[in-house]
Amino acid sequence: MHWTLLSRLSISTLQIVGIAVGSPLLLGLMRKIRCRIEGRVGPPIAQPLIEIRKLAKRERIRPEYSSWIFTVAPIVLVATTLILVAITPIFSTGSSWSADLFAVVFLLLIGSVSVALSALDTGTAFGGMGASRAMTVGALAEPALLVALLALSVPAGSSNITTILVRSLYNPEWLVTPERLLALAAFLIVIVAESGRLPVDNPTTHLELTMIHEAMILEYSGIDLALVKLGESMRLVFMLALFGNLFIPWGIATRPGPIYLVIGMLSTAAKVVGLGTLIATVEVGMAKLRLFRVPELMAGAFVLSVLAVVSSLVVR
Amino acid sequence: MKINLLALTSILGMAGAIAGAITTQKLRKWLSSLFGIATCVSGLVAAIEVLHSNHPMIFQSNKILVLSGYSLQLDRFGALFVASGAVVGIASMIFRLGYSGHGLASRTASFVLPLFVMTLLLVPAATNVTTFLFLWEIMAIASLLLVLVDHRKRPEVSNAGQWYGVMTHLGAASILIGFVLLAIYAKSQSFASMEATAHHLPSWVRTSSFFLLLIGFGSKAGLVPLHVWLPKAHPEAPGPVSALMSAAMVNLGLYGVVRVGLGILGGGPTWWWLTVMALGALSAMFGSLHSATSTDLKRLLAYSTTDNIGLMFLGVGAAGLFQSTGHQSLALIALVAALLHMAFHALFKGSLFLSASSLQQATGSRDLDSLGGLLSKMPVTGTIFLIGSLSIAALPPLCGFVSEWLLLQSMLHGLPSSNPSLAIAMPVGVGVLALTGGLTALTFVKAVGIGILGQARSKPANDAHEVRPTMWVGAGLLSAMCFLFGVAPFLVIPSVINSSKELIGTNVANPLVGGWQVGLLGNQGAIEPGLLAFLIVVFVAIIGGLRKLIQAPSVRRAEAWGCGRETQTSRMEYTATSFGEPVVRVFEDVLSPSHNLDASQLSESRYYVEAAHFHTSLDDAFERRLYRQAAAGLRWWGSNARRLPNGSIHRYLMFGMVALVVVLVALG
Amino acid sequence: MMFLSIERITGIFKDFRPKSISVPFPSEVTPGVQEASRRNRGSLQLRHLDAGSCNGCEMEIASMTSPIYDVERFGIKLEASPRHCDGLLVTGPVTRNMSGPLLKTYEAVPQPRVVVALGDCALDCGVFKGAYGVEGTLGDILPVDLEIPGCPPEPASIITALRGLVGR
Repeated sequence: MHWTLLSRLSISTLQIVGIAVGSPLLLGLMRKIRCRIEGRVGPPIAQPLIEIRKLAKRERIRPEYSSWIFTVAPIVLVATTLILVAITPIFSTGSSWSADLFAVVFLLLIGSVSVALSALDTGTAFGGMGASRAMTVGALAEPALLVALLALSVPAGSSNITTILVRSLYNPEWLVTPERLLALAAFLIVIVAESGRLPVDNPTTHLELTMIHEAMILEYSGIDLALVKLGESMRLVFMLALFGNLFIPWGIATRPGPIYLVIGMLSTAAKVVGLGTLIATVEVGMAKLRLFRVPELMAGAFVLSVLAVVSSLVVR
Repeated sequence: MKINLLALTSILGMAGAIAGAITTQKLRKWLSSLFGIATCVSGLVAAIEVLHSNHPMIFQSNKILVLSGYSLQLDRFGALFVASGAVVGIASMIFRLGYSGHGLASRTASFVLPLFVMTLLLVPAATNVTTFLFLWEIMAIASLLLVLVDHRKRPEVSNAGQWYGVMTHLGAASILIGFVLLAIYAKSQSFASMEATAHHLPSWVRTSSFFLLLIGFGSKAGLVPLHVWLPKAHPEAPGPVSALMSAAMVNLGLYGVVRVGLGILGGGPTWWWLTVMALGALSAMFGSLHSATSTDLKRLLAYSTTDNIGLMFLGVGAAGLFQSTGHQSLALIALVAALLHMAFHALFKGSLFLSASSLQQATGSRDLDSLGGLLSKMPVTGTIFLIGSLSIAALPPLCGFVSEWLLLQSMLHGLPSSNPSLAIAMPVGVGVLALTGGLTALTFVKAVGIGILGQARSKPANDAHEVRPTMWVGAGLLSAMCFLFGVAPFLVIPSVINSSKELIGTNVANPLVGGWQVGLLGNQGAIEPGLLAFLIVVFVAIIGGLRKLIQAPSVRRAEAWGCGRETQTSRMEYTATSFGEPVVRVFEDVLSPSHNLDASQLSESRYYVEAAHFHTSLDDAFERRLYRQAAAGLRWWGSNARRLPNGSIHRYLMFGMVALVVVLVALG
Repeated sequence: MMFLSIERITGIFKDFRPKSISVPFPSEVTPGVQEASRRNRGSLQLRHLDAGSCNGCEMEIASMTSPIYDVERFGIKLEASPRHCDGLLVTGPVTRNMSGPLLKTYEAVPQPRVVVALGDCALDCGVFKGAYGVEGTLGDILPVDLEIPGCPPEPASIITALRGLVGR
């Protein structure tokens, strides 16, 4: 069960490459599923990758009054997401560099804050509007998220992701306890909100006044836009992978060796694709919530997660 | 002979005051600031010496306060507060060298400022009631005078001064009564003998003195509902003073509560600490909501102080709760988290208040809606403000992250115990911590985004220049420490653990891992902020390099996209009010905003509006519903009571008679 | 148990079969369009701009995204921000009020950009020719790379023309 430094580094690298390439493909898949349910052919699954390749060579434009924040923000978004991908167990627990559930939340926050700041840096009304809405939704999602993570950490007595995964592999009876299911439901709602999917935000809207996340990135062009899009899709896939592994830990490699790693990769991919399919299917039948109905959804998620904690104590 | 540093600190502070009072205008600014720095350095050295040794530092003199003796004894718990106050003091005094305007250059201010700094450092060392209250009152009066230095120019200042003066003296009275109660039973006024007798006291004495002292110290700390003076007085004080008040003085309120609750009284029943936690949670929520909706930069920072003080009280309450239920090592973690947050809050709030004062001096305004675009015009101050904001939003690898994470950990591990009060308090605590964390991120995205990014929102902001180097050196010192301690928290955590053990018990095993990691022993969760900082640097460099390699050769600066409209002016930018509007809407019940729409119609037809004025304001609900009501009641009572003395001697004799009878009956 | 009849279940999956009709690739492509398609590499984002149209062309643009025509399968999307786009899709004659915004939008698109004139009005002002509010045709103001005639052009012919720009 001992990981050499080299194997840990190579697992991290593999996770980075896997998520960086896989996440645009997942978005493509989700779009394809949506199109198929709507009775359309839809673009190829690789379309987001094609778009990113094209954008990388387009001209970069900076708004007149922007400062260095605007140029640095996409890099910070991608960098922090990649760090998360590198240090948390996604394919294998070997990549765990003191990966802590609560620390994950704060690292994700860096990306959100940098995008919001870049939106305000453009000096446009849309940017400010998007930043204000995104930060409000984020602030309201935070309690549900942290209390849900608290509920997930309590049985293992640790907030270390590897510890939680390993202990729940040895105690499969944990996996169906009510507190766990409640906490995971809350977590899934938060993932939907944080990644700007329906019903909280419509990623395909053209109306600036209804936008949350899109409004913040209206000014980006060229490779900056490519980075933001890549970063956002990696955030989604990262959260889905984390959710998938916490929900069904089986498959993740807990010992060194290429076979285990391949199984880990395939199982994580299957979990992420499954969750993505679920989200895409549910999204088709949904309309966006009015902005001031979103707090009710978040409050519901918070109640779920508090119930999770309370029931974990009652059941025991 | 070895010099006693506590004596030296006292002497330097007083020397600074005298130098400030008697020298010329030019000299007194420099002399009082330099003496202030010397006072802080001496205090800092004393604190570090105490933190690294096992012996308290003692200074006693019967020549100063003749009846009781001027008695100082700095232990490791107090030393932490002294060290953090001294660091803020040094930074503010350096900042003051470059700070112009505001009546801070006056003779009174130069006399009082070194005294204020000195008392900030000596209050945590006082060991008897008289010394404590003597220093405490000098601190209160000095800071009151410093808040008031500009009262001639702006009427708000005297209003703020009135609120502060009343609240601080009510608080002092409450502290006095609380201590007297303890001193009566201890038959001595020294803290040590109070501590020795505390366990044999009747429980009503313990409880009432704890709550009297909690009210007194809570009002100094800005704990809701005793916070109303804070968002008025802190913003009106001149820059360095506001930093000292918000980053150092409020901590002494926390000091008092912990010293009394966990030190002198040695812990108490569960419900005390649940109350402390509830007050902390209330303060954190209320403070963060108000700072999320403030448009005045310094008012925003002041409310955020209430928010952070709330988080510290949440931690202290948790520590007391754990101690009362017999979880010593958890109590230690919670107290370490609270004290760490105190020390780090001093750093980032100090740097934020100082850099906000620089912004205010450069633009002449502290209204967020007339700032903007300052990061490119004042790059150093802007960056300092940015670092402070990111620290307070708890983003890794800056220091706020470490303390908030540790606070979360203490609550996580408090949960599995079977005690129902813990089971309810902890998830609620985590929820509060998370909501305030999210709102703090929103607040400081607003402060940075509206305040220093985008297009300049007024002409003064457009013409702003970088401030004098002494000012940004002062503020920069603190933000550099935010970064240093965020990356390498092992530089401070052992001292904080030592300091907390002074109260929890020196024999409690240390549950925290050491080295670059911060976390709990036994694989229960740990973070490595140094590694994160390293990774952030590496990844940003790699991706930045890749972008440079791949990107199209040209970068064009163009007008921002505005749907094809003619020009973009700063009036089209999102304002701080509109940024906070969703929060106001969501929390309407708590914030209860008042809207006022005045429309005048044309005389010809009332269907045509001639002019419309919309005014919306968000005053403090506690001020409106509690304090203004109480003041109105007091006024009513006063005006009615005035009818009793009507000038008739007979009536006065009757009052005397009645009083005598009542006293005799009561005593008999 | 009526609800679970076999036809009902297979019916759901029959519904998932795409209903889109096939749209041909353009038979001939100008060199300018060919160059743009090499640049766009299989993905095209356009900002639609109504310079004074009667909204007939807008109806047809709206039907392009329906399941029948499904323009998205060729990697073509209409975007809100010109910063995210490769060019403009302009309808209608250029009116005096819209010529300024048209130029601003053109400037806002990252270079190099394509300009598509959609409908007869964009090509030669159509029935609005000589009207007092009309400044001129799109070609008078901006270099046009692709012309799509028709009053209004039907969705299939718009898609055919645009496929030339994507190269797919």
